[in-house]
Amino acid sequence: MAEYSVFSLIKNALNGHKSWQRAWRDPEPKPSYDVVIVGGGGHGLATAFYLAKVHGIRNVAVLEKGWLGGGNTGRNTTIVRSNYMLDDNAHFYEKSMKLWENLSHELNFNVMFSQRGVLNLAHSDGQMDRFARRGNSMRLNGIDAELLDRKEVKRMVPYLNYSDEARFPIYGGLLQPRGGTARHDAVAWGLARGADRLGVDIIQNCEVTGFKRTGNRIEAVETSRGTIGCGKIGFAVAGNTGYLASKLGMKLPIESHVLQAFVSEPLKPLIDHVVTYGAGHFYLSQSDKGGLVFGGDLDMYNSYAQRGNMETIDHVMRGGIAMVPSLSRLRLLRHWGGVMDMSMDGSPIIGKSPIDNLYLNCGWCYGGFKATPGSGWVFAHTIAEDEPHPLNAGLRLDRFERGHILDEEATGPVPGHH
Amino acid sequence: MIRGKEQQPFRISEGGEIERTRPLAFSFDGKSYTGYEGDTLASALLANGVKLVGRSFKYHRPRGIYSAGPEEPNALVNLRSGGRQEPNTRATQIELFAGLEAKSQNRWPSLALDVMGVNDLASRFLFAGFYYKTFMGIPGWHFYEHFIRKAAGMGTAEHVSDPDLYDKMHGHADIVVVGAGPAGLAAALTAGRSGARVFLIDENDKPGGRLRSERETIDGKPAMDWAASTLAELEEMENVTLLRRATAFGYYDGDTIAVLERVSDHLPVPAPFQVRQRRWLIHAKKVLLATGSTERPLVFDGNDRPGVMLAGAARTYANRFAVRPGKHAVVFANNDDGYRTALDLAEAGIEVRGVIDPRTGGQGPLKEDVIAQGIDVVSGAIVVRTHGYLGLAGVDIADLATLQSGAMPETRYIPCDLLATGGGWSPNVHLYSHQSGKPVYDPAIAAFVPGESRMNDRSIGAARGRFSLGDCLADGYTAGQESAEALGFTTGAVADIPSTDEQATGPLKILWQVPALPGRKGRRFVDLQDDVTADDVKLAQSEGYVSVEHLKRYTTLGMGTDQGKTSNINGHGVLAEARGLDVSEVGTTTFRPPYTPVAIGAFAGREVGRHQNPVRRTPMHDWHLAHGAQMMEAGLWMRPQYYLGKDEPNSREAMFKAIERETLAVRNAGGISDVSTLGKIDIQGPDAAELLNRVYINGWKTLAVGKARYGVMLREDGVALDDGTTSRIGENHYYMTTTTAEAGPVMEHLELHLQVHWPDLDVKVASVSDEWAAMAIAGPNSRAILQDLFPQLDLSNEGFPFMGVREAKLGTFPARIFRISFSGELAYEIAVPAGYGEAAWERCLAVGESHGLVPYGLEALNILRIEKGHVTVAEIDGRVSAADLGFGKMMSSKKRFVGDALSTREGMDDPGRPTLVGLTPVDGTTRIRAGSILVEDPKAPPPVPKLGHVSSTAPISPNVGHPISIGLLKDGPNRIGDTVWAVFPLKGEAVQVKVTSPNVFDVEGARLHG
Amino acid sequence: MLYIDCPYCGKRAHEEFTYIGDATKKRPDGAEKNDPAWVDYVYTRDNPRGPHLELWHHGLGCREVVKVLRNILTHEILGAGRPADDIPLPETETKP
Repeated sequence: MAEYSVFSLIKNALNGHKSWQRAWRDPEPKPSYDVVIVGGGGHGLATAFYLAKVHGIRNVAVLEKGWLGGGNTGRNTTIVRSNYMLDDNAHFYEKSMKLWENLSHELNFNVMFSQRGVLNLAHSDGQMDRFARRGNSMRLNGIDAELLDRKEVKRMVPYLNYSDEARFPIYGGLLQPRGGTARHDAVAWGLARGADRLGVDIIQNCEVTGFKRTGNRIEAVETSRGTIGCGKIGFAVAGNTGYLASKLGMKLPIESHVLQAFVSEPLKPLIDHVVTYGAGHFYLSQSDKGGLVFGGDLDMYNSYAQRGNMETIDHVMRGGIAMVPSLSRLRLLRHWGGVMDMSMDGSPIIGKSPIDNLYLNCGWCYGGFKATPGSGWVFAHTIAEDEPHPLNAGLRLDRFERGHILDEEATGPVPGHH
Repeated sequence: MIRGKEQQPFRISEGGEIERTRPLAFSFDGKSYTGYEGDTLASALLANGVKLVGRSFKYHRPRGIYSAGPEEPNALVNLRSGGRQEPNTRATQIELFAGLEAKSQNRWPSLALDVMGVNDLASRFLFAGFYYKTFMGIPGWHFYEHFIRKAAGMGTAEHVSDPDLYDKMHGHADIVVVGAGPAGLAAALTAGRSGARVFLIDENDKPGGRLRSERETIDGKPAMDWAASTLAELEEMENVTLLRRATAFGYYDGDTIAVLERVSDHLPVPAPFQVRQRRWLIHAKKVLLATGSTERPLVFDGNDRPGVMLAGAARTYANRFAVRPGKHAVVFANNDDGYRTALDLAEAGIEVRGVIDPRTGGQGPLKEDVIAQGIDVVSGAIVVRTHGYLGLAGVDIADLATLQSGAMPETRYIPCDLLATGGGWSPNVHLYSHQSGKPVYDPAIAAFVPGESRMNDRSIGAARGRFSLGDCLADGYTAGQESAEALGFTTGAVADIPSTDEQATGPLKILWQVPALPGRKGRRFVDLQDDVTADDVKLAQSEGYVSVEHLKRYTTLGMGTDQGKTSNINGHGVLAEARGLDVSEVGTTTFRPPYTPVAIGAFAGREVGRHQNPVRRTPMHDWHLAHGAQMMEAGLWMRPQYYLGKDEPNSREAMFKAIERETLAVRNAGGISDVSTLGKIDIQGPDAAELLNRVYINGWKTLAVGKARYGVMLREDGVALDDGTTSRIGENHYYMTTTTAEAGPVMEHLELHLQVHWPDLDVKVASVSDEWAAMAIAGPNSRAILQDLFPQLDLSNEGFPFMGVREAKLGTFPARIFRISFSGELAYEIAVPAGYGEAAWERCLAVGESHGLVPYGLEALNILRIEKGHVTVAEIDGRVSAADLGFGKMMSSKKRFVGDALSTREGMDDPGRPTLVGLTPVDGTTRIRAGSILVEDPKAPPPVPKLGHVSSTAPISPNVGHPISIGLLKDGPNRIGDTVWAVFPLKGEAVQVKVTSPNVFDVEGARLHG
Repeated sequence: MLYIDCPYCGKRAHEEFTYIGDATKKRPDGAEKNDPAWVDYVYTRDNPRGPHLELWHHGLGCREVVKVLRNILTHEILGAGRPADDIPLPETETKP
């Protein structure tokens, strides 16, 4: 398949765009595959891509019930960062960050990874101390971090509320300069094209409706497009993991919650970084198209509906204006919801399951997008080798019964609070 | 007004809804014009002959006014200036006001000469998705992004504060009617007559909807007469609330309709104390969606030039605003609206040079009316091309059948400055869709109509594809009546539905895209704002982006500020054709709220600035302010950080001096601090002790009346939740204190367990945090001070031992006295009813003055407790176990308590976990920063193994004589006496520290028990 | 807005309540400390895509815990009562 390049672009521009090919094929499902990945979002596609690329396993199908990237891949606020304190999270997300840094090149598809810096604001001495602890941990793990005082924050982002009118004054912030954003849809498309070029079958409009089991193995998946045999099977269906698992009689430490996201009308460049508010929950960046993209808390009740309610919207907007008062007059263009797999400690689960040939990739809470390449990379390893990579050894499912909790937010086993 | 007329060459001398007696001056791009009250900015600009209004998003193509409503894709302006600046505002919905200033957008240096217009020439390189295929190499996307971002965006915003206010209101309705066009007015009327509480919501300055734009009749009179009499009747009904200038922008759960009422946007500035906008949440039992429909463009070569306009909009400008949107018009429509438009334009004095109708037959009688007027009607023909650059100069028309056969047809040029075009109407199903409603395709009107209702909603009139006025009225009268009856209201006889005189119409011809001339590379815009062409849609399809959602995201179809109101259906039609499917098979994208963009400030309402969150103040707050306290936020609370002396200016030095002064005062004489923010819970009942026994890790069955005990609580997962003292006030009466931060969570923790898990326990809990003011008096002189305050009490160690509790009068105030200590000093805590707080505090200070009693703030309190190794939220951080904090031995093995089971998991029970220790700099002088990480080797390369962290630190400890810290260190108890490093790589610091017991001052506790 | 019919206060908007979570989890009082029932109670959830029994705390009302049956796919509230009440699934979910 043709490479994308300046040359192919010029050639096509001159011939009326006649020689662009399909970004990925639209194959009929084969009777069986070595590996079936359920879920055609970023994580499932990245898993298939790395299975083919790193592990040489190319007889792979990705089954998507709707359209690629139609779940949380295409609904999130596109923030990429690895500013985690706990070692098991930090090493994993930093691996993902390193993959992001080369992803456009690796995929020959511009995912618009923009390392514009992610700044978390602090509004008390105690919060500054907690940020210091996190930042120091990051640095000791080889991750970039800078602790900014109030003056340094003001120099970097002069438009925040530094007035006496601010209810919670800004004390400083923790900056990860390598953090930033990426174009979410492009990630799904680039991974799909990359996986497809390595021989992976990407099958859309193919909903998994059941499983054929023999003993403690899954022999095949039943789908809206027929029964498909599988050597191994991986779930990458965050938001719906609990539902799919229930078809196997499995219960997981996961609740599904709705998280809303927002975009403003398009504007000329106004916000150059990713900035998050620390005395509430609000995160803000500006897309390359010009829309301000932002979000906040969950709606705080279990939900499989991809829409939320006004109380949360008001709360988010209040946080936004508290942080950037000039937002008041700008207009919200669109808001929507995504269904999150909220795990009970706020960290993801990637590893083996109680079923022999089933592997789980779930529990992404708010943070799945930034993990996309890393998640696929370690999940591919876990599936190929039948054991977790050291980078996801701490993210295994049995950490709950073993008491090795990864509670980055330190809010306990209440999914809505992570 | 003669002057106004001269300046408005396109104004018709009579008719319309404008007030010719009230001219209004305004400016656009710095140039002055005059319009009339009743105009929109768009109609006023057209009246003045201004047709070039904006530039498109990507190609910076010249664009004009395309519509007359919320669907406007082109005429976006930057309205007002300074703090009231509003980018991307639709000129079609801006009501003209005196002194209005607006500027065009997305152009430089001027609208007529826009340098970025070169993008238009390079358009073959800027096709859909081009940026995904390049900019991947060195120097990387972030470099190119800088330029792309500048070119993208639309309007310009600045970081200035909004001077206006926003309100929020709730409304409660039996029936909400959205839209006051014919269907909505009729529905509100019959529902209102039943006595039901009705909200009628309309986005315009006055009701009427499409009736204002057409020359129709009801019962033989102008339709607006009916609207006026209906409105008059509605206004008389106390049970009907009419919201004008109010857009129902979202449909949420529970049949909640979100509405933005633009209270003052039609005025130069809001009146004093008046809000700019009001955001309503209207809670309805039934919702009638009379939201009307939106006209679809036709997609042909050059369909974006200024002067090309939706046919319905051209009628609006002529009929409602008395404006001729051009002098010489051509009408191009695939349905009978083309004839109606030609008649209206001709009536307005516009020379109509042709009606181009791709149909070859089946037209209704209006066609004959047009022909009778001598207007040229060309059937079976289409517009294949437009001419002009900054404005329309003419069109080429050709025979459709010839073109479809693949042959090159003859073209005919018709010069014109207005092309009124329409492709049929699409019901506004937005609100219906917000609640996951699934619209279904109706081939008869080539549009999606509401499917099954998921909520208590019903779409009526044009909103469900009933476009004729008669149908709209019938739908409205019936729906209003039936909805009221379903809610139990009596409506009496069926109302007479008024008659209309509409002509029958023939079926439309589906034409998702008008074929281009063979060999011509002209662009046929599907999405005018985001510059998506029919070829872009086909390119996306050929590359496999065949889902409507992929199409939208790949091409940006429907992603503009208009959210695809005019473009979505055509885009999906073109996609369907390319895929060889029916539109019903490709489906439609989901409409998201809001229907039209809403100011972010309207969601925040008054909860901005200092009012973002409530401020909690203790009863002694004013006293603190009056006595030099520097206050700091502690969650929602304000607490004294330290106290400056009278007239002492604040500075870093003064702060350290004050902290030192306060710390020494407590250790050497006496200090008083305001501890009212601590959570307080009153617990009563025979099973109170059992409850405490279950929620604390230690035992409570042996606590005597008049005694307090320190306790630690866990969450169910074994992680420490909170600590505090609980006192036994009476036989079955306890008083629990919590930390400030966890007061709410602990209360909920108790309520949940009592109500759900242990309903058999006979005990009640009540939060009394706000009922009691509390103050701690600590220091060697505290007993003497207490004795002066409470001469009636025996304060000897025997009479009132450590952890004793007494109730006594402080003068005339009831008070509780607790001999407890956070500082490690001999100390008492006095609680009085909150109303007496300030008086009691003043009395303590007055009495204590001779004993050296001074107030101390949080900073001194922090140093004192770190000297004693007492923990706070900095240590109880949501991840530590009781054992980590040194409370392992407190965990009773003789009873069960919340969190005991999961504390035994291997990961929680590991003795190697970081445990509380004290940390002292080896050199005795270097301060240790909180947030430092403890490591063996400060020079090890990453990833560095971590041993723990520094949680709390006192840069000065005047009592110990050197900086001290506490923190959590792996295997802590076994490392006392060792040295490790506290590193702070964020500042490049490393301090060698000695590990000690957390308690480094008065280790034996002689002072406490003194 | 979700409307919860609080058995003590009547119908109230959900913003008066704090969501607690799954109401089907019974605290295994008395189970041995190493009993897996504890891990199940604290961590494991059915998370059904449909009707869901859940607890809400009426913190800005009566401060009582209310048991609610809610379809978490549609957000439709199907019933509410006290924590110990049985809240059956309505036989038909049709609207008035």
